[in-house]
Amino acid sequence: MPEARVITAGAAIREALDLALDKHPESYVMGEGVADPGGIFGTTTGLVEKYGASRVVEMPVAENGLTGIAIGSALMGRRPIMTHQRVDFALLCLEQLFNTAAKSHYVTNGAHRVPMTVRLIIGRGWGQGPQHSQSLETLFAYIPGLKVVMPSTPADFKGLLLGAIADDNPVIFLEHRWLHYVKGAVAEGYAAMALDGPRRIHDGRDVTIVASSYMTLEARRAAVALASRGCHADVFDLRMLRPLKLDEIIASVRRTGKLVVCDTGWKILGPGAEIVAQIVEQAFDALKRAPIRLGLPDHPTPSSLALAEVYYPDSTHIIDAVAGLCDLGEGDITSARQEVLDARKGVPIDKPDPAFEGPF
Amino acid sequence: MLRDMLRIRVAEEEIANRYSQQKMRCPVHLSIGQEAVAVGVSHALQDGDQIVSTHRCHAHYLAKGGNLTAMLAELLGKETGCCGGRGGSMHLFDLAAGVLLSLPIVGASIPVGVGAALAFQQEQKPNVAVIYLGDASLEEGVYHESANFAALKKLPVIFVCENNLYSVYTALKDRQPSRVLTDLGSAHGLHAVHLDGNDVRAVNDAAAIAVNRARSGDGPSFLLADTYRWREHCGPNYDNTLGYRTVAEFEHWRARDPIAVLQRELLSLGDVTERDIEAMLAGFRSEVEAAFSAAEAAPMPNPVTVARGIYA
Repeated sequence: MPEARVITAGAAIREALDLALDKHPESYVMGEGVADPGGIFGTTTGLVEKYGASRVVEMPVAENGLTGIAIGSALMGRRPIMTHQRVDFALLCLEQLFNTAAKSHYVTNGAHRVPMTVRLIIGRGWGQGPQHSQSLETLFAYIPGLKVVMPSTPADFKGLLLGAIADDNPVIFLEHRWLHYVKGAVAEGYAAMALDGPRRIHDGRDVTIVASSYMTLEARRAAVALASRGCHADVFDLRMLRPLKLDEIIASVRRTGKLVVCDTGWKILGPGAEIVAQIVEQAFDALKRAPIRLGLPDHPTPSSLALAEVYYPDSTHIIDAVAGLCDLGEGDITSARQEVLDARKGVPIDKPDPAFEGPF
Repeated sequence: MLRDMLRIRVAEEEIANRYSQQKMRCPVHLSIGQEAVAVGVSHALQDGDQIVSTHRCHAHYLAKGGNLTAMLAELLGKETGCCGGRGGSMHLFDLAAGVLLSLPIVGASIPVGVGAALAFQQEQKPNVAVIYLGDASLEEGVYHESANFAALKKLPVIFVCENNLYSVYTALKDRQPSRVLTDLGSAHGLHAVHLDGNDVRAVNDAAAIAVNRARSGDGPSFLLADTYRWREHCGPNYDNTLGYRTVAEFEHWRARDPIAVLQRELLSLGDVTERDIEAMLAGFRSEVEAAFSAAEAAPMPNPVTVARGIYA
């Protein structure tokens, strides 16, 4: 068993890219800034020096064209790893991703493969505003033929990224920018994880909480605060939005009868809506209360700190949701909320939460 | 090259003849009148070279050696179609023949062809990629993105632009300012050539130079080939009664039928006789008849397979 060290998710990404470039000689990294001094927030730093400009390809500002070029090279057996510094930039690539990448295997009756990974970074904080902070996982997860990964832990960032790169399908890898800072134990060496499904990150029998990406941290913190007050949540990190495997989560809801889903993007039509729909279809009789969805409110992301403060849901919202479902006493609710707020140490909402630094 | 053009013409005319039977239940975009571009370019290519095409892909596919029966079976929605009935007429491909794919979104296959050329360069293979595009795709941003990158990396790729003057019913002059279209290639640093797309030998000569440049590492070319679609944008009929183009214009182009032009020349040189041509036509008619019979006899895909193959 390779030794695990505590590193950030950002460092885990860089390590995964390094290992993948070494493992798959047909792979190459391409993106705006992959070979520049910033190195995609440090996640590609040093790779061009090690592998050369033909394997770490600095890209013209031409997102859709270069996506098609990556796809064409993938059809010929290459293994491109594209990176966009914001999800919002990738909107220019949707034609190629949705029409060509997602459908080539199906339309050729299995003859073509598109072994391609697209890293998309979800921005947040410091006034990123409406076009630098969209999550948009729903868009990608809607398309048959794409796989969609939303990791939350450094170990998953590394293992799932290696798994995505090794996969012979187009995989959308959504990285929340603030998760890059989170620390955790990550094993050394090459170890690709299967792109399988959710993982239980907190045990409980009172309520089921499903979260993805950044909201997984908020859900875990809420669960810890609730547990010390006698309310035990069964918390799942969704990890994969497509394929979406809900068996374990449905089994959990059959035990708890109560469900809270926490999306990193907008609540309306988000992954949580699909999860609730499937649970209603498959476990309606087990539900003791109406499920609760949390997610971003139904308007664009504002830039100003004053407006952003009321935009992002956090662990207090999860505590409130669970409190309603589980009939918690007023004193427990107040003290649980105070516990998570104290952990923020007064850091403004537009900066990463110091309580989320890890390791967990 | 005459043989290949005649074969494509015979196949497409038979598709047109049979289309009203409603067994081919998918849109068809016939290349009749435009065969010289596909044939002239294909004759400059070798095994291992790749082409990508558009919604109007029949001639490109056949000229590169795509399987005729698999194409007709695809139009008929059969299990033995090149896409197993999942693509229809606008998604023709043939891995063995080097027809990488065809895509029906205008401009979409352009970067895919550049990507194939990038793979050749990364793997240091001596092959070239050919991208067939229409005049309307020069209006798409993705053409410019792709041409820019191809020139930047000196990729072994050839952009073959068939200018047939219309995007559906809308004339080039109503979509683009008056300009020299090859400038849209040379502005990106492509070796740009304007040629008569109905003169198969001119096409072949220009393609051979472009292919040689690409194989030698001298980078990408842009061939602008003037040509004309005889029949409607989509479907088997003539549509000159609609009024978007004049009968006089159509007759002007039909007089420049790429097949008749080459036949006249070869006949006058004594390289072929009328009997040779009749024999070729008869041979292709029976080949197409046999291919249709085989395609029609093939089974339809089994509905239980409809959700298979979404993921590799």
